[in-house]
Amino acid sequence: MSEQQTYEPGTHPDLPPPPNMVGIIGWIRENLLGSTTNIVLTVLSVYLLWVIVPPTLNWLFFNAVFEGASRDECRAVMAEEGVKGACWAFIGQRFELFVYGFYPETERWRVNLSFILMLAALVPVLWDKTPSRNKMMIGSAIAPFVIGWLLIGGFGLEPVPTDKFGGFMLTLVIGVTGIVGSLPLGILLALGRQSHLPAVRIVCVAFIEFIRGVPLITLLFVASTMLNYFLPPGTTFDLLLRVLIMVTLFSAAYIAEVVRGGLQAIPKGQQEAADSMGLKYWQSMRLIILPQALKISIPGIVNTFIGLYKDTTLVIIIGLLDPLGVGRASLADTKWQGLSTEVYVFVALFFFVSCISMARYSLYLENKLHTGHKR
Amino acid sequence: MSTTETDLHAQEDVAKELKVSDEVTIQIKNMHKWYGSFHVLKNINLEVNRGERIVICGPSGSGKSTMIRCINRLEEHQQGQIIVDNVELTNDLKNIDAIRREVGMVFQHFNLFPHLTVLENCALAPIWVKQVPRKEAEETAMKYLTRVKIPEQANKYPGQLSGGQQQRVAIARSLCMSPRIMLFDEPTSALDPEMIKEVLDVMIELAQEGMTMLCVTHEMGFAKTVANRVIFMDGGEIIEENNPHEFFDNPQHERTQLFLSQILAH
Repeated sequence: MSEQQTYEPGTHPDLPPPPNMVGIIGWIRENLLGSTTNIVLTVLSVYLLWVIVPPTLNWLFFNAVFEGASRDECRAVMAEEGVKGACWAFIGQRFELFVYGFYPETERWRVNLSFILMLAALVPVLWDKTPSRNKMMIGSAIAPFVIGWLLIGGFGLEPVPTDKFGGFMLTLVIGVTGIVGSLPLGILLALGRQSHLPAVRIVCVAFIEFIRGVPLITLLFVASTMLNYFLPPGTTFDLLLRVLIMVTLFSAAYIAEVVRGGLQAIPKGQQEAADSMGLKYWQSMRLIILPQALKISIPGIVNTFIGLYKDTTLVIIIGLLDPLGVGRASLADTKWQGLSTEVYVFVALFFFVSCISMARYSLYLENKLHTGHKR
Repeated sequence: MSTTETDLHAQEDVAKELKVSDEVTIQIKNMHKWYGSFHVLKNINLEVNRGERIVICGPSGSGKSTMIRCINRLEEHQQGQIIVDNVELTNDLKNIDAIRREVGMVFQHFNLFPHLTVLENCALAPIWVKQVPRKEAEETAMKYLTRVKIPEQANKYPGQLSGGQQQRVAIARSLCMSPRIMLFDEPTSALDPEMIKEVLDVMIELAQEGMTMLCVTHEMGFAKTVANRVIFMDGGEIIEENNPHEFFDNPQHERTQLFLSQILAH
């Protein structure tokens, strides 16, 4: 391709790009060794990776001790090999506590079954190629109630008080309920905020601004203490239920604002086209406006969800035993003192896996919903 | 403009053959509209018979789009009456729905639904507004897509089509509701010159089939070919209306003359 071939006007064929633009060599040249600055940055990055990655892996896996009955045993093993690593035996010993909290041991199958049910219910919601999706969706709609029954008990199952809930199970209960509840509520609030009816609009705006203006911890304290003042004396109102409501309301206010941003990005012509064809308000919202607005809002919505999911750790303050609470309780054991790093790395890993799954799913969804050009 | 002179003469005969019935389908009486304190439409009076093809032109900001958007209540008027097929437009949602089912609209920027395929765009309103079964609605959609000559694009998304194709889909989408009146709001203004003709051709065919059409456009070739009446608006008023020959050859009003000299100059 070194010599320039000439063609008659109008007959120039499509030629392949020059070889240094394609392939691995092309990529390396372009991205790693493109300029002096580029080369310096590449070398620096490689050096940093070399300094950080191997020791981390050693601590996490290669030098770690996975079996043992106390911290001293871990120490002994590592001293023998002359290395330093994590003492995962601790986590192994307390694993059930981390997962189930103080849920009665004989009833833990109910938690497991609930978890499987939740996953099954999520399939048709998250994956649009599910066979006979519409029928499966009915199952997904019923699932939350079945799960609630399984976890709390009653109606033939032994009742388990909600203060026995703890660990990752508690995180999932609060996180998933908050997510499932706040999305529809947030959408309604966003639509309400744009309503032509002043009463609806004022209520929605007031709600959103109030909730956004108050820290979540404050709301949780209100949930744990203040509500008793407002409710008639003698009413018992489950603490976990209060937390669920507060977390849902809190995140709904944020979702509402994210969705409002999406709604504003939809050209006015879309609503006009829907109107001109005679679609009613709710039809045009459901079929035309919301599918587009929610698609634009996906990053913001997932952002809010991830925030909510991580904020579930705040319930430790009002005495619920989330994974961090379980970790702190475990650290009080004299046999295992001084292993806080392991506990927090383990909990961090759990949250990281959950949150990155949400983030990746949102990317998948964005790509799937991309239909050519923006308009 | 985009239609060549020879085309025009061939088609002018067609336009003359088109029948206009005596039945009045749209009646606008002493209609006024304000945006806040700005008086956009001033005392509009217009009667449209079934089968008429009316072209509305005028400088930008003259209220021509606003006027036709009042006919299907995309804009609300504050005074006067608009009666479409014996139904008066009021705040009564039932009347508005009834009129919107009868009146199709095509927009300058197509306003196709980007998240739905071409076929879904066309079948949506019949399914949800007229409760037509999905299969039947899709067959009708294919029929109209064939008529606007893009059946092969049915499963693509609007974003994958050219502007001209999108506008033809928009026309097909409106036709799927079998409207008795079609409103066109500058249907070719956002198109590249190459694509204007394909859209105008579809509109000309529609006129030949006897559709009642109100068309805001600056395509004077189209006006001469198809219209039986041309309306000139300026400053929110109807300044002049006449048949195309008289309108173009012998404009009465000073402002009309100025407008025509400006758009025909290039």
